[in-house]
Amino acid sequence: MEKEQKEFYEKLESKGVSRRAFMKYCTFVTTTLGLSSSFVPKVAEVFAAPKKRPPVVWLHFGECTGCSEAMLRSTYPYPDDLVLEILSVEYHETIMAAAGQQAEDNLHAAVKKYKDKFVCVVEGAIATKDNGIYGRIGGRTFLEIAREVVPKAAAVIAIGNCATFGGIQAAKPNPGGYKGVSDAVGVQPVNLPGCPYNPINLVGTVVNYILMGKVPALDAYGRPLFAYGKTIHDQCPRRSHFELGEFVTEFGSEEAALGYCLYEMGCKGPETYNNCPVAKYNDGTNWPVEAGHPCIGCSEPGFWDNMTPFFEPL
Amino acid sequence: MGKRIIVDPITRIEGHLRIEVEVEGGKVKNAWSSANMFRGIELILQGRDPRDAPLFTQRSCGVCTYVHYLSSVRAVEAAIGVRIPDNARLIRNLLHGAQFQHDHIVHFYHLHALDWVDIVSALKADPKKTATLSENSNNGKWGGSAYFKGVQERLQTFVDSGQLGPINNAYWGHSAYKLPPEGNLMASAHYIEALRLQSRTARMHALFGAKNPHLQSLVAGGVTCVRSLTADKLAEFLHLWKETQAFIENVYIPDLLTVASFYKDWGAIGGATNFLCWGDLPQSEKEPEDLFLPRGWIANRDFQNVQMPDQEKVTEHVVHAWYEDGSPKHPYQGETKPRPGDYETGGDKSTWKFGKPQTGKYSWFKAPRYDGESCEVGPLARVLVGYGLGKKEFKDVVDSTLKKLDIPAAALFSTLGRTAARGLETMVIGSAMEGWITELVENVKNGDTKTYEPWEMPDKGMGHGLNDVARGALGHWIEIEDKKIKNYQMVVPSTWNLGPRCEGGKLGPVEEALIGTPIADPKRPLEILRTVHSFDPCIACGVHVIDPDSNQVYDIKVL
Repeated sequence: MEKEQKEFYEKLESKGVSRRAFMKYCTFVTTTLGLSSSFVPKVAEVFAAPKKRPPVVWLHFGECTGCSEAMLRSTYPYPDDLVLEILSVEYHETIMAAAGQQAEDNLHAAVKKYKDKFVCVVEGAIATKDNGIYGRIGGRTFLEIAREVVPKAAAVIAIGNCATFGGIQAAKPNPGGYKGVSDAVGVQPVNLPGCPYNPINLVGTVVNYILMGKVPALDAYGRPLFAYGKTIHDQCPRRSHFELGEFVTEFGSEEAALGYCLYEMGCKGPETYNNCPVAKYNDGTNWPVEAGHPCIGCSEPGFWDNMTPFFEPL
Repeated sequence: MGKRIIVDPITRIEGHLRIEVEVEGGKVKNAWSSANMFRGIELILQGRDPRDAPLFTQRSCGVCTYVHYLSSVRAVEAAIGVRIPDNARLIRNLLHGAQFQHDHIVHFYHLHALDWVDIVSALKADPKKTATLSENSNNGKWGGSAYFKGVQERLQTFVDSGQLGPINNAYWGHSAYKLPPEGNLMASAHYIEALRLQSRTARMHALFGAKNPHLQSLVAGGVTCVRSLTADKLAEFLHLWKETQAFIENVYIPDLLTVASFYKDWGAIGGATNFLCWGDLPQSEKEPEDLFLPRGWIANRDFQNVQMPDQEKVTEHVVHAWYEDGSPKHPYQGETKPRPGDYETGGDKSTWKFGKPQTGKYSWFKAPRYDGESCEVGPLARVLVGYGLGKKEFKDVVDSTLKKLDIPAAALFSTLGRTAARGLETMVIGSAMEGWITELVENVKNGDTKTYEPWEMPDKGMGHGLNDVARGALGHWIEIEDKKIKNYQMVVPSTWNLGPRCEGGKLGPVEEALIGTPIADPKRPLEILRTVHSFDPCIACGVHVIDPDSNQVYDIKVL
């Protein structure tokens, strides 16, 4: 183990990632997961490249590819580590070299070879109206593909508000009859909503699975409690302004410059469960409230209907 | 009749696209482009609060994130009649500039490169010779034999694992791949570098836009990120910009030129005829005069004669799209009577075809036309317009590139020209960003931190936002009534480029560009991917406005 660890750190350093930076990241993941610091070395072990990389089939349905893009913004592990050393991405339309018939062949071969062993990541909602004619790949509807592939996976992870709850195309009047995975196929995935979801929470879910050997504890909507257990409001750095009644009532105002509470501007933080204020986005750079914009509630079911108008207070 | 080839799915794009071609005598004789998905975002917008439109429409696409957000907020601002402060203009330009840098780097390396670069051949390369090639390309720190040896070993380990993942079953070893192993190794190494760099480039968006993808700091009237105008945030932005621009100048452009030098024959394949730009990146309130990317229309490849386009000459045709037949209409008068697609599914794939491709319907995309003509939009259109107008920033880089590659200006009208133009404009736009950062810093230094102009929602209003974004000309049109959205329309780059035939039977740009493409092996149509990917297709945002329930006709007045 010691030798392997040494090799692992050498490999990291050869790629310009210091041991310190790596441990910092593992601490970050551990904290995100709500684990004690004694877990940090174990989390580090999870990232030490496995010999047999777990196969992943990544399906795209009715979506904007923003969740794939979010994954590509991951910095520890970098996307090239994910693809070359950590996972075996068997099918992912946005990055795969093969196209057409050869791409379809890859999907079928992977599902057959790794039946009950692959992780299925689903991005996007599934059109169900008129037998799902509003979305097709290789001549087959999203619905046909989902019904065939999803039940054969060892674990299903739905990412983004589309795959979890139907997302924007399911907003009223939902012209294509779009639904999330559990509603369309009847299989309950681990749901990681958000628009887009935060990739740190996918990493957290996978680490949890490998460390504990099981899916993390979920809430009633299938969301892991480590990420979606508290409201934005309860974790918000502007919370004290709310308590003191210090509110922004116009963008660009003195109150906005002072960083007062955005409740009056329509912030949906009090009714939204997610870890944005702690995890932030793009390597912990920023998140909406810090950029002066109210939360729009993007990790909640039906937020495009239930949380709008976005700029009216709750 | 020639042999039919269908490529579905076209991978390494956003969204779901199907391309069908007919091949005769080793060349494409006919082509059909089909968008395979419909989501209906414009319909969903009806009756909602106009302030919410930018957040909704941004979800049209997560690859070209930000751009619909920008176009939409500009359309709303035009309808309510508010002028944004100078700092808001600068921040929006900087976010847009960062989007161009990010989007084009990712397109070249991750969505397009593997059409030209054989990753498997890279395993046979000599790292020392690769280092020499790289030095000759002035790659600076992104080279050296130890570096290339390391990358090669990493790829070898990956291949030896037997788990080939994303590189499995592609067209490796195809006779149309022309790079020597060393060229393939150099480009493969930089594919990995670019994968890392892009996550840092995207942090520019997070600094002033909260997050990427799907920024959250624009509002009608300006931007919300007044607290980001601090020395540390501005310095961090500048640092990330420098890092990205250095990569563009030292890696992207040299790689582009090296790869292009092996594929000069593609300077005669894949061209279109007419070109349209709305222009973008306002240098002041004066539009279109002061747009850094100029507005212009080029007919019949006559780039010496750039004309000023008028949005009123835009029409959308539906005779070959999955809608009931109707006459061509301006977006403001658009009728939408959907007739869902009926191409066969299942069974023997070799028998698949669109209903009746010559006269039938085969796409969820409508066919936009300018003055009745199909127009290519995007990097090549912008570079041609800038070049044709004699704008120095474009003229210098185009002339020096033509000279370096020893090709005539006519070679720009091609797949090679399109891919080269994308790289060149990345460099040009990236350079311009430095000026906007400096202006923003000066304003803040002088105590000007105004980022928002207050306004009131009118009962009624109409407006449009015309932009030029990574993939090309983008327009949003909004009509407000009773303080609600009455109608909303988007005419987006990928419908211009990848739309079907129009009423007159004229092909869409990608269909036209595919004709004449040589196909060495119909079972492995690598050459098709080259031309299709050179347009950087993005399908999710292109399909919209449809009401299958009521077959409602949208009556909208012309401005």
